[in-house]
Amino acid sequence: MATTSCPECGADITSDDSTVQGEILPCPECGVELEVTALDPLTVAPAPEEEEDWGE
Amino acid sequence: MSKIGVLASRIRVEEKLLFAALRKQNVAYDVIDDRKIKFDMGAKQFAEYGAVIERCISHGRALYALGLLEDEGLFCINSAHVANVCGNKLLTSQALFREGVPSPRVMVAFTVESALEAIEEMGYPIVLKPAVGSWGRLLTKVNDREAAEAVLEHKEVLGTYHHAIFYIQDYIEKPGRDIRSFVIGDRTVAAIYRKSEHWITNTARGGSASNCPVTPEIDDISRRAATAVGGGVVAIDLLEDQDGKLLVNEVNYTMEYRNSIDTTGVDIPGLIVEHALSMARPVA
Repeated sequence: MATTSCPECGADITSDDSTVQGEILPCPECGVELEVTALDPLTVAPAPEEEEDWGE
Repeated sequence: MSKIGVLASRIRVEEKLLFAALRKQNVAYDVIDDRKIKFDMGAKQFAEYGAVIERCISHGRALYALGLLEDEGLFCINSAHVANVCGNKLLTSQALFREGVPSPRVMVAFTVESALEAIEEMGYPIVLKPAVGSWGRLLTKVNDREAAEAVLEHKEVLGTYHHAIFYIQDYIEKPGRDIRSFVIGDRTVAAIYRKSEHWITNTARGGSASNCPVTPEIDDISRRAATAVGGGVVAIDLLEDQDGKLLVNEVNYTMEYRNSIDTTGVDIPGLIVEHALSMARPVA
C-alpha cells in the first residue's frame, strides 16, 4: 500500500496490492479521475478527458 | 504456451479481470500501451506474441493498431475488419442487412434536407445516432418535426464531417429493457437484460443488469450477427419489439462485461483468454 497526493486538491490517494499502472483512481475528496502513472513510487496524474471515439 | 499482448491504455475493471484470467491460466502477457506504441511499418516488432487482445478505449487507435498488428501476422481479438464494421453503426447495419439479420429499419442521408425527408417518411419517433460513437453518447430520440429540424441543424454545425452523415433508425418501443448477449468464437456464452426507466439502457448510462437465459432464439440471432460483422468476441445489443421479435441494434467489439460476470455466473474474461490461446500462432 502506498500514498500520494491528489494533484487537484491535495487529498491523500492510496493504492493497494491490486492497483496497476494505467488504472483510474477517483480522488475520494474532489472526485477527479486520476490515472496511476507509476507504482513505485505511487504517482498519479489527471486522467485524459473522454474523447469522441471512446467506447466499446 | 503463447505469450499474449493486451493492447490498452486506460486499465478499467474489464482489463483487471482479463489480467486476472491470464494469470489464472498461467499465461504470460504484456500490456501494450496504445499511447506509447510506435509502429515501424514493415518491421517485425511483435514477434514474441502469439495473439493480441485489443482493449483500447479509443476506436481510432484500436482500428489502426489492429490493422498494423495483423500485417505482422498476429491473430487479434478482434480483427481490424470487425473493429471497422462494429465501430461504425452504418457499416454494422450494412453487414446485418446484407446477411439478412433482423434489425430495425435504418435510413441514411447526407444533407439536412434529405435527412428531414427520410425522417418524415419513416415516421416519428426516430433515433438519430452518430455513426461512430459509444456509451449512448449523442443518441437523440426525435419525436416531432420541430425537434428534427433543430437537431439536424445542430449536428450539421458540430464541426466534423461525420456528424453530417445522418444515420436514422426506427425507434423500437421496447419493454423497458434490452438484451446484451456475448458471443465468443462460435458460442453465445451468456446474456443479460439491461433495464432502465430511460429509453437509453446502456449500463454505462445507469441501466441495471440481470441474467437473461440464452434461449435458442437469442443464441441464433446473436451468432448470426457475430458472423455478419466478421466473428470473434463481440457483444450484441438486442431489442425486443412489441411482438416479441428480436432485432439486432448494435454489435460491440471491445465489449464491457464487468456487470455480467456475477449476473450470469459465466467467466467471460476466462473464456476470452481460452479463445485467444486456441487461435494464437505458435511462437518460437
